[in-house]
Amino acid sequence: MDDSVSLASLSPGQKGKITALDLPGAQKGRVMEMGLTAGTTIEVIKVAPMGDPVQYKVRGGHISLRKAEAALIQVQLLT
Amino acid sequence: MAEALFRRVAIAGNPNTGKSTIFNALTGLRQKVGNYPGVTVEKKTGRFFGSHGEAMELIDLPGSYSLQVRSPDEAVARDLLLGRVAGEPRPDVIITVVDASNLDRHLYIVAQMLELGIPVVVALNMVDVAEARGLTIDLLELKERLGVPVIPMVASNATGIIELKQAVSRTPLPKPERRAQFPIVFETEIAHLARLTAAPAESSRMEAMLYLSLDEQGLREANLSPTLYAAVLAGQTRLRGAGIDPISAPVDARYDWVATICSAVVHRRGEDNEGLTISDRLDMILTHKVWGWVAFVAMMSLMFFCIFTVASYPMDWIDAGVSALKNWTADQIPAGNFQSLLVDGVLSGVGGVVVFLPQILILFFFLGILEDSGYMARAAFIMDRLMSRVGLHGKSFVPMLSSFACAIPGVMATRTIENRKDRLVTILVAPLMSCSARLPVYIVMIAVMLPAAGALQRAGIMLCMYALGLIAAFVMAWVFKKTLLKSETPMLLLELPPYRAPIIRGIAQRMWERATIFLRRAGTVILALSIVLWALLTYPKPENPEATKSEALAHSIGGRMGHAIEPVIAPLGFDWKIGIGIVASFAAREVFVGTMGQIYNIEEADEENEGLREQMRAEKRPDGSPLFTPLVCLSLMVFYVLAMQCVSTVAIVRRETGGWTWPLFQIAYMTALAYLGSLIVYQGGKLLGFQ
Ligand SMILES: Nc1nc2c(ncn2[C@@H]2O[C@H](COP(=O)(O)OP(=O)(O)OP(=O)(O)O)[C@@H](O)[C@H]2O)c(=O)[nH]1
Ligand SMILES: [Mg+2]
Repeated sequence: MDDSVSLASLSPGQKGKITALDLPGAQKGRVMEMGLTAGTTIEVIKVAPMGDPVQYKVRGGHISLRKAEAALIQVQLLT
Repeated sequence: MAEALFRRVAIAGNPNTGKSTIFNALTGLRQKVGNYPGVTVEKKTGRFFGSHGEAMELIDLPGSYSLQVRSPDEAVARDLLLGRVAGEPRPDVIITVVDASNLDRHLYIVAQMLELGIPVVVALNMVDVAEARGLTIDLLELKERLGVPVIPMVASNATGIIELKQAVSRTPLPKPERRAQFPIVFETEIAHLARLTAAPAESSRMEAMLYLSLDEQGLREANLSPTLYAAVLAGQTRLRGAGIDPISAPVDARYDWVATICSAVVHRRGEDNEGLTISDRLDMILTHKVWGWVAFVAMMSLMFFCIFTVASYPMDWIDAGVSALKNWTADQIPAGNFQSLLVDGVLSGVGGVVVFLPQILILFFFLGILEDSGYMARAAFIMDRLMSRVGLHGKSFVPMLSSFACAIPGVMATRTIENRKDRLVTILVAPLMSCSARLPVYIVMIAVMLPAAGALQRAGIMLCMYALGLIAAFVMAWVFKKTLLKSETPMLLLELPPYRAPIIRGIAQRMWERATIFLRRAGTVILALSIVLWALLTYPKPENPEATKSEALAHSIGGRMGHAIEPVIAPLGFDWKIGIGIVASFAAREVFVGTMGQIYNIEEADEENEGLREQMRAEKRPDGSPLFTPLVCLSLMVFYVLAMQCVSTVAIVRRETGGWTWPLFQIAYMTALAYLGSLIVYQGGKLLGFQ
C-alpha cells in the first residue's frame, strides 16, 4: 500500500490502521497477541518524558512500545 | 491430606484482571494483590468448598497474555494447564478471568483456554469499571457464543463469588465445544503433529499448535526430540508454501473470532467517551517531562519525612517499653550471667530492632499506595529510556522498586522478565536498592552524624542514600550487560493499567502482614543471632576479675574477631567495635543496630542508661578523638548501602538462579563494591579536609 507509514512517525492524537508488522518472529507473535493485528486501529496517546517509549491505545487498552519496534509496524493513517 | 478432593480448579487469565482477588475471596487467604501486571509470579494453592460443601483445590496462577509464553512467570501457568508438571495432572476446571471493560483484548486468552479441552468458567470481572465507561454486555449472548458459563463479578467487593462457586461445583461440567476456527491446512498440520508429540492425548493438540507457531530460536530452545523438531520444521514449510504464516495465522484467527463476539455482545452507551478520564488527567502529571520527576522525588521525600517525624512518637513508646522491660528484668533476676543474657543479649538485641517497626510500616504504607494505584507500570514507562541505556528494559525497574521494601519479593518479581540474561542482571543488582532492613541502620547513623539536624535535613540524607543504591544498581547493570551477560536490549511491550484509588483495607492488611513478618523475624532470626552475639561478646571472661568492661569486651571471642579484622577496615575509618557490628550483620543487616546496642550496653551497663545514639556519639578512639565523626558515619552508611548482608536474599537468589554460582558472585561483587565505596568516601573525605 503506498499511503502506509511507520507507526513511529505518528504523533500523539493521530490514529492509524495497522497494515503490516515487519518484526522478527517471536516479537511479532507477541505484539500481535497483545492485540496489534493487521486491520486494528491504533492511536498514539503520548510519548514518555525522555522521548521513548510511546504509549498507544489498542482495542481499548493502553500499551507502550519503543520507537525502534514501532518503526517496523506499518499503518495507514486515519483522519 | 487424605481427604478426597472433588475438583482441582485453576484460575487463569491476562495479568491484572483480579485473579488473586478472586482467589482470596474464595479461599479466605491473602495472596498479594496490586494494580500492575505481574503481581503474582508463582503458583499458589488454597482450598475452598463448593455449594454443597465439596472440598476443592484452587490454584492461583500468574497472569499470562498467551500460552505461547515469553517469560518464566507465564511458563508457570502454561506448564500447569498443559499438564507438563510431573505428578500434577491438568486441572478439572479453569476459571478464566477477563476484564469486562476490555473484552476486545481479554477474550483472546479465553479463545486459547477453550482450545485446551478442559471445562472453562468465564469470570467476567470488573463489571463496575465497564459500567462506569458506559459499556453494557449482553450476558446471554456472550454465554451462547462462548458456549460456557459466564459469571459477572466485581471481585474487589466479592460480588458474584457465590455464583462463581456454584458454577464450578456443577456436575457435569461439559467440555467447551466452540472455538476459533483456524485455516483448514493449519488444522491438518496440528492434527498430524499432535500424533507425534509425547504429550498426553488431551493436551497434544495445543502442544502441537504451540510448536507450529514458534520461531526458529523458540524452537531450538524448546528441547524437542529430533523427529519432532524435523516434523515441526516440515509443517511450517508446508504452511508457508500454502501462503499461511504459522506465527500470525492462529493469532489472526482468534482475534477475528473475538471481534465477531464483541461486536455482538458489547454495547456502548452514547458516544465512545473521548473525554479525558481522571486516570488520563493524573497520567498527564505523573508522566510529564518535568512534573513527573518532581512528583516522584516529592513522594519519596514525603515518605522519608514521615519516617523521621510521624514514626518518632510510636518509636519512643516502644523504646520506653523496652527500657522498662529491661529495668524490670534486671530487678527481678539477680545480677549474673543469666541476667546479662536476658538484658544485654536478648532485650538489647531484639529490642534494638523492634523499635523500628513504625518506620518500616510507614515505608510499606507508601509502597502499598504505589503498587495499588497503578503507578508501578508508569514508573517502568518513565524509566524505560534510562534502563535501555544500560541494556535492560523498563520492566526491570518494577523488581527494583519492589526491592525498596525487601529484595526477596524483588528477586521473585524478575520472573516477569522474558530474557534469561536480563533477568539475571536484574537479580544481581536488585539487592543494591535500599531495603527496609537498612532503614534502622540509616536512621541511627544519621542521628549520630547530625544530632542537631531537623527532619527535613535527615530526610535529605536518607534520600541520598537511596539514590546512591539506585545509581550503583544502574552502573552495575551496565557493567554486567557489557561483560558477563552480554545480550541485546530486549523489546518492551508493557501494559499500562488505568489508575485506581488504592484500597486502604488492602494496604492495611499488607502492613499488618509485614508487621507480623518483621516481628516473627525479630523473635527468631534476630533473637538467635542476638544470643549468639551475646555469648561471643561475653566469653571467655577475663581472668582478672578487676578488668573494665572494655577490657572484657576486647578479651571476648567477638572482641578478638573485631580486632582481627580491624587492619582491614581501618582504612574505611572503622574500629574493631564497628567491625564486630559489620561481621554480625552479614546474616541480617538490621542486626547492626542491635549489636551496637549490645556492645555499648555491655560496656556502660553500670552507668546511667543513656540512649544508644548518645553513647555512640561519646565513643572515643584510643587517641581521644571522637570515633563517630560525620565522615565515619557516612562511610559506614555507604558500606551498608552497597553490601550484600542478608542470608534470606542469598537463599532466594540461589533458588531462582538454580545454583550457588550467582549468589556467591553477588556476595563477592557487592562486598568489594561496599569496601571500595567506603574507602573512597573516607579517604577522599579526609583528603578534602573533612572529619
Ligand atoms: N474496580 C475493580 N477493581 C478490581 C476488581 N477486581 C480486582 N480489582 C483490582 O484490580 C487489581 C488487580 O487485582 P489482582 O487480583 O492483583 O490481579 P491478578 O489478576 O491477580 O494480577 P497478576 O497477579 O498481576 O496477574 C487490584 O488493584 C484489585 O484491587 C473489580 O471487580 N473491580
Ligand atoms: Mg495475581
